[in-house]
Amino acid sequence: MSVEVLSAGPMLSVQDAGRFGLRHLGVSSAGPIDMAAMALANALCGNEPDTAALEFAGLGGSFKATRPLRFAVTGGLCDIRVDGRTVPPGESHRLRPGETLAVGVVRGAVWGYVAFSGGIAIAPVLGSRSTHLRSGLGGVEGRALRAGDVLPLGEEAAEGPCLRPANPARAAAIGRGDGPIRLILGPQDDYFAPEIVARLTREPFTVTPQRDRMAMVLGGVELPAARGHDIVSDGTVPGSIQVPGSGLPLVLLAESQTTGGYPKIATVASADLARLAQTPVGGEVRFSVVGREEGEEIWLAHRRNLRAVLGDLVAKPEGALRSDYLLSCDLVGGFFCPEEIVQVPLSQDGGIAG
Amino acid sequence: MTPTVLPCGDCALVLQIGETVDAEANARIIALAAEMEARALPGVREIVPTYRSLLVRYEPEEVRGAELERQLLAAYEHPARAGAEGRLWTVPCLYGGAVGQDLEELAAMKGLSPDEVAALHSGAEYRIYMIGFAPGFAYLGGLPEILHTPRLPKPRQNIPAGAVGIGGQQGNINSVAGPSGWRFVGWTPVRTFDPGRAEPFLFRAGDRLRFRPIGADEAAALSARAEAGELLISPEPAGEASR
Repeated sequence: MSVEVLSAGPMLSVQDAGRFGLRHLGVSSAGPIDMAAMALANALCGNEPDTAALEFAGLGGSFKATRPLRFAVTGGLCDIRVDGRTVPPGESHRLRPGETLAVGVVRGAVWGYVAFSGGIAIAPVLGSRSTHLRSGLGGVEGRALRAGDVLPLGEEAAEGPCLRPANPARAAAIGRGDGPIRLILGPQDDYFAPEIVARLTREPFTVTPQRDRMAMVLGGVELPAARGHDIVSDGTVPGSIQVPGSGLPLVLLAESQTTGGYPKIATVASADLARLAQTPVGGEVRFSVVGREEGEEIWLAHRRNLRAVLGDLVAKPEGALRSDYLLSCDLVGGFFCPEEIVQVPLSQDGGIAG
Repeated sequence: MTPTVLPCGDCALVLQIGETVDAEANARIIALAAEMEARALPGVREIVPTYRSLLVRYEPEEVRGAELERQLLAAYEHPARAGAEGRLWTVPCLYGGAVGQDLEELAAMKGLSPDEVAALHSGAEYRIYMIGFAPGFAYLGGLPEILHTPRLPKPRQNIPAGAVGIGGQQGNINSVAGPSGWRFVGWTPVRTFDPGRAEPFLFRAGDRLRFRPIGADEAAALSARAEAGELLISPEPAGEASR
């Protein structure tokens, strides 16, 4: 029972919730850049939210399975095809042995997720299946996936229906939004003059191409530190905004170094970090400052909201088209032409799936 | 030493004592880390001691930052247990050679012979101030002052695991292969990090360490044993050595 990678985008990797409790030994968690998107992909396949799935940046890849399964793609809009037939992201679909799943380029976002029912069952390393690309740990030989890799699948708890969120708009809005990205100042904001700290919220930053799973560099605004850009190294977290000598802020992500010697002017609110990381290159980013208590409240609301979405998935009708189903679909995002809508449930073996 | 609690977002706190590298402050931080581990407070996810501060990651659904801050300060002011002295490791080191490629240049910079540099380097006792940067990467304090040397202006690619280096006032042992701007004077066959081993990580913050010079033949023999998964070295128990 496995999934074979037929082709792979440049940064396709296995991720689960991450590797926790080892930061004091120099191991950052890895795990998904956008945890909510991965949790949704898993839930749509009937998996626990932290089940191992695939993460990709930009371009996904193509896959074949040796057993029937359900899969879901999340993270953003994406061209997804099963044997050339287009299916939408944000809900699960069936993939039968012999069929080819092709996951194209994610649009309006950066990081996409592909979950398979039963999950990817490679052997955990140091307690997690997450790939830590920079340290070469976990996943498949600690590296990005490539054509020819075969990923064992876990057992499906029960062969369930294909699912979609009862409220797709709410699901798509998890961790997204148009407002500024919220920050909590510190731990070393006192290394910067007040007018430099004020630049954080007054001026727009841009997302530069210097980005990976470890960190992303922002451009457009320089943040020189009055007290210099060296501190006695201390601990970092995902969301720490380090400012090296260039003055350009560096936002740490899932594979960051566990300690660092640059002053950290602020920390991105946990609920907004995925939104920042999902901003395409060239995108404009604005920040606002909140206090710790408010940041915690935002995080608690985010978690409640995510649980509500994950707990409110409904079975998709499989077989005959129903007008109430069609009316509930997001016909703008995902579908390309009316013929494709008609083709979705009427698959070759008669449309009664499973 | 007066502690300061610094905000680190909505899921982490930092307790800091001072802004310098200092063995006493570091010992207090490591003792606080042990204290916090022992207290096993609900909602605490990770405890990360560094030179002079302790990072604590938490889950606000289980404990709020304001409450954890009180708990952290209480643990610092009123520890229930005495800090333990670190274990003492003796690490075999082949000075010079292909990996210790900077030994001769560094010796020339200091007006010393390579043997004198090796003797100074292996004559010191080091303290592991923290593990960070990469899995199992130990930052060593206690480098003799004459050996303090700035890092290279441009990092080199592909420095192997086991490389023994000097970066500014600090020493290190590369735990994983990768790029580095440190200057390398030797190599140890000991693998300080091996994820496939029952004990993947050899060192802990607060441990102490000495280097024992070895020749190329012994290095090759030890390397073969390390290849087979042997740890090669074990520490003297805490507290028995040197004090």
